[in-house]
Amino acid sequence: MSLFDLKLQEIHNRLHGKELTVTDLVDEALRRIGQVDGKVKAFLTLDEERARSAAQQLDKQSGGDVKGLLFGLPIGIKDNIVTEGLTTTCASQFLKNFNPIYDATVVKKLKDAQAVTIGKLNMDEFAMGGSNENSSFHPTHNPWNLDYVPGGSSGGSAAAVAAGEVYFSLGSDTGGSIRQPASYCGIVGMKPTYGLVSRFGLVAFASSLDQIGPLTKNVEDCAYLLQAIAGYDPMDSTSAKVDIPDYVSALTGDVKGLRVAVPKEYLGQGIDPKVKDAVQTALKVLEAQGAIVEEVSMPHSEYAVATYYLLASSEASSNLARFDGVRYGVRAENPANLLDLYHKSRSQGFGPEVKRRIMLGTYALSSGYYDAYYLKAQKVRTLIKQDFDNVFAKYDVIVGPTAPTPAFKIGSQTKDPLTMYLNDILTIPVNLAGVPAISVPCGFADGMPVGLQIIGKPLDESTVLRAAHAYEQNTDFHKQRPAL
Amino acid sequence: MSITIKDVEHVANLARLELTDDEKQQFTEQLNAILKYAEQLNKLDTDHVEPTSHVMPLFNVMREDEVRPSLPLDKVMQNAPDEEDGQIKVPAVLE
Repeated sequence: MSLFDLKLQEIHNRLHGKELTVTDLVDEALRRIGQVDGKVKAFLTLDEERARSAAQQLDKQSGGDVKGLLFGLPIGIKDNIVTEGLTTTCASQFLKNFNPIYDATVVKKLKDAQAVTIGKLNMDEFAMGGSNENSSFHPTHNPWNLDYVPGGSSGGSAAAVAAGEVYFSLGSDTGGSIRQPASYCGIVGMKPTYGLVSRFGLVAFASSLDQIGPLTKNVEDCAYLLQAIAGYDPMDSTSAKVDIPDYVSALTGDVKGLRVAVPKEYLGQGIDPKVKDAVQTALKVLEAQGAIVEEVSMPHSEYAVATYYLLASSEASSNLARFDGVRYGVRAENPANLLDLYHKSRSQGFGPEVKRRIMLGTYALSSGYYDAYYLKAQKVRTLIKQDFDNVFAKYDVIVGPTAPTPAFKIGSQTKDPLTMYLNDILTIPVNLAGVPAISVPCGFADGMPVGLQIIGKPLDESTVLRAAHAYEQNTDFHKQRPAL
Repeated sequence: MSITIKDVEHVANLARLELTDDEKQQFTEQLNAILKYAEQLNKLDTDHVEPTSHVMPLFNVMREDEVRPSLPLDKVMQNAPDEEDGQIKVPAVLE
């Protein structure tokens, strides 16, 4: 059995009893990366030297006196989260030489908890995409079948955990970018309530939707990781000033009387029948444990994708204006003048998907079209949020599939951006409403994993985790590993 | 409403992007398809709906007006594409 199949508590006990050192853990991670990452290609940057020396330092300092449960654990970070002294590229040619001079708040918190950063994980360029094929360096491959995508945009973060290369990882979720790859790779991924986790040091894509969250092998690990990264941060002006509950003690295994809503729109047209089967079986598992499952309607679900692409692209076009080739990143050579420097640097630095979204967003925000597109979408966002408010007035959680289909073959959807955008149809409404949601493995379709999505009320991560954990205790999908 | 190559050129200039002829053609087609899809929002009557720009209540975040350390100049300059005497160099703006 690999060290990575041990439970957190078990690793902790062994470190404490000096049967295991942090150096052993880091060596094991690097050995596994050396063994499989040539095939999976989850990493963009390895931080081998500093990881080894951090491990030695922790071993020397602690002498077996190990504090928190995250102590010494090898972790991976999505490459749009800045790490001091470690290249952060957003998988873009524009930032291929960018070396941040500070840590994102989440990275600082994990370092404070004495986890060990192993490296930076691949993604769709600037987090725009649903398959990892938009990375400007190389695509990541799904550990369950290397011909398939791992999902996106946190595909590297999901694949690295599924392949056993890191103990867990951080991703970011703007329209489903943690949950969808977690679903495709057969692991657990959570998008917390907007504002629960600081976005300071996350390279912004769509600021009103982006949220950092954990990707882990099981729900318990997810609760521990969320506990470590959640909390108010004065460096993020949208950070929520709330008390953070004990997420681990919420994992009681009990869902008796839990009111579960299943929107009929989430199991309607366009959902793969095998995905639907897996989700319906999962609902029966919850029901058997005493949950009350009822069908509801969320009538504005069908408008979420259009709303999202207008809003996210508008915010992206504004956020990405800072990439001008002046202060950091790659600058085009021999510009005729300053304006030419902007034009050339941006055109050479950004890939096609990023350009497409900047164009869409700039158009939606431009004079004469603002009301018709941007303002209209903000109003529809209100209606989508009201759908959630209405359901949550009567129910504790909303449950459905995470993605309409399992992972697809690399290259099979790249020609048509609209088809690709529809992969996010079940995850996007959650970001528009700002509520928390988790994806947990709930079966397989033709050998590829299927994810169950559990959505909760704002700041009610505890109930989401409790339901996910109770489900997980009665199934073994999360224990299955890809053969690599 | 449909987008022409001229619109794409105008928007590209606003966005400070220089597009090849192929890109202009491709973006014209793709933006038309995406905006046509987005027009489904017009089916909804939103005359009396307030827009939502942020889901959580937002407040001004204030702090005391006191001097704090800035980012260290030498470190900031490590990422600058072109630099001289602690300043970032760009092409001349004035004649």
